[in-house]
Amino acid sequence: MDDFEPTIIAFVCNWCTYTAADLAGTSRLAYPKNVRLIRVMCTGMVDPQHVIKAFLEGADGVLVSGCHPGDCHYINGNYKARRRIKLLKEILPQFGFDEKRLRLTWIGASDGIQFAEIMRELVMQVKALGPSEARLKMVI
Amino acid sequence: MTTTAKLDVNNQDILLTLREFLQSVLQQNEISAILAPQRLPMKNVVMPVLITDPEQLNRADPLAPYFPLNAARLVTRLTRKPSGGKVAVVLRSCEIRAFIELVKLNQGQTDDIIIIGTDCLGAYSNTDYLKKAGDDPDAFTRRFCENALNSPNESVDDAELIPACRACEHPIPDGADLLIGLLGIDTSKQLLVRAQTLAGEELLVKLDLPTFEEPDARQKAVDALIKKRIDYRDRMFAATHEATDSLEKMTAYLAGCINCYNCRIACPVCYCKECVFVTDVFYHEPFQYLQWARNKGALKMPTDTVFYHLTRLAHISTACVGCGQCTNACPNDIPVMELFRMVSHRTQQAFDYEAGRNIEEEPPLSVFREDEFKDIVGI
Ligand code: SF4
Ligand code: SF4
Ligand code: FES
Repeated sequence: MDDFEPTIIAFVCNWCTYTAADLAGTSRLAYPKNVRLIRVMCTGMVDPQHVIKAFLEGADGVLVSGCHPGDCHYINGNYKARRRIKLLKEILPQFGFDEKRLRLTWIGASDGIQFAEIMRELVMQVKALGPSEARLKMVI
Repeated sequence: MTTTAKLDVNNQDILLTLREFLQSVLQQNEISAILAPQRLPMKNVVMPVLITDPEQLNRADPLAPYFPLNAARLVTRLTRKPSGGKVAVVLRSCEIRAFIELVKLNQGQTDDIIIIGTDCLGAYSNTDYLKKAGDDPDAFTRRFCENALNSPNESVDDAELIPACRACEHPIPDGADLLIGLLGIDTSKQLLVRAQTLAGEELLVKLDLPTFEEPDARQKAVDALIKKRIDYRDRMFAATHEATDSLEKMTAYLAGCINCYNCRIACPVCYCKECVFVTDVFYHEPFQYLQWARNKGALKMPTDTVFYHLTRLAHISTACVGCGQCTNACPNDIPVMELFRMVSHRTQQAFDYEAGRNIEEEPPLSVFREDEFKDIVGI
């Protein structure tokens, strides 16, 4: 289990969290390579379907991360995202997915340091949960 | 203004009384047609029929314990634009609730209809009904009501009803303009008619029925039935939870699914005009299948079965009314309703929402507030 390297899919909004990731990169801050970023224009465009697909394909964790409340470039996309994550947090745990595998954060464009820290923390937490059932078993 | 009245029962025959009542509704000037469950002339199946000729109402059978489809979507077909007349629609409670959800999504509207609903005594499976009803379905409907209304514990003997009906805590059509009450009423003598909206009141006045006080026994009978339904529902939730609480168990639950998507076609609240699962998005490249097969050494085909059900749960569980038509439509006897109701119960509670309860309540995934669900944010 010690050498288990989780795969985490992160849907990050172009204007805040992605920019923070970029800043972390240009500032040469290291963060674990377990996190695969998928850049979206806004967290409000992340359909629950995308999250479900990531989990069924074997992701051990999924992160949705965008602008702080009030900062969304499309006004309320992050509030929509929050309701959808809430919805998924009601549905997925009923089928054995640990609720902690699905996370939502707000990371602003200038929070490069915070971005790297949160990624490290997230990877540690998901590592502790172990591999997701969907990674190990046949999914129909 | 009168809000409750009675229908005197003609010759101890509820069915005949209801037919005559519907005829009197159709006689009103402003009513152009009635959409009601009617026994088809060529076979004893009961289908929603749009009726303009009062004679045709002699085969109406709104109490038949037969529920081949949820008519909510049919009502949206009649109301998506003005039809040039007013239609009285006779619906079950779950059909009304599904219709309310569709109205919220702008797929239908309520201006040109008047909704009539009877206390719902439930339904058998399609095949059970056809077997039981035999050659004299009128007599069967009468026997069914008699039995359902007069079983010893003052509530309904529903041991053989489909699970959706046994688990239904909404047997009273609260969303109807006019309600026809049977529970807790001496139905050998009269039926209760209650106006529940302004439109219902206006029609009731015109029908000029004798006034009637709702008997105290009614609330008791309604409460007893609802209690029984909730008990069954909670047992059903527990059993379904036990059968699906890991990915492995859930895939076993759905293992017989062939991705025919009948369940979404039958579902009244699956609202998309075109479902993504029947588009090219899921017509994967051949090399993709091989790649997936290599990942785990085996790939069940058709693919995306669990993906389909989880997506449908994400999209419509907050609108699910528990009508059971998904299960009814499944060629492989997968208890789809049980799964969807279990999850819906949670998702609707999470947003303090109940599908079909109130036409003014906005669907949970269409409204967003600044100050909510803060506890789910953060690492
Ligand atoms: S999911 Fe099934 S029970 Fe729920 S509304 Fe659709 S058809 Fe009815
Ligand atoms: S109707 Fe049954 S077999 Fe068809 S998609 Fe739904 S669950 Fe699967
Ligand atoms: S633009 Fe960043 S969350 Fe909407």
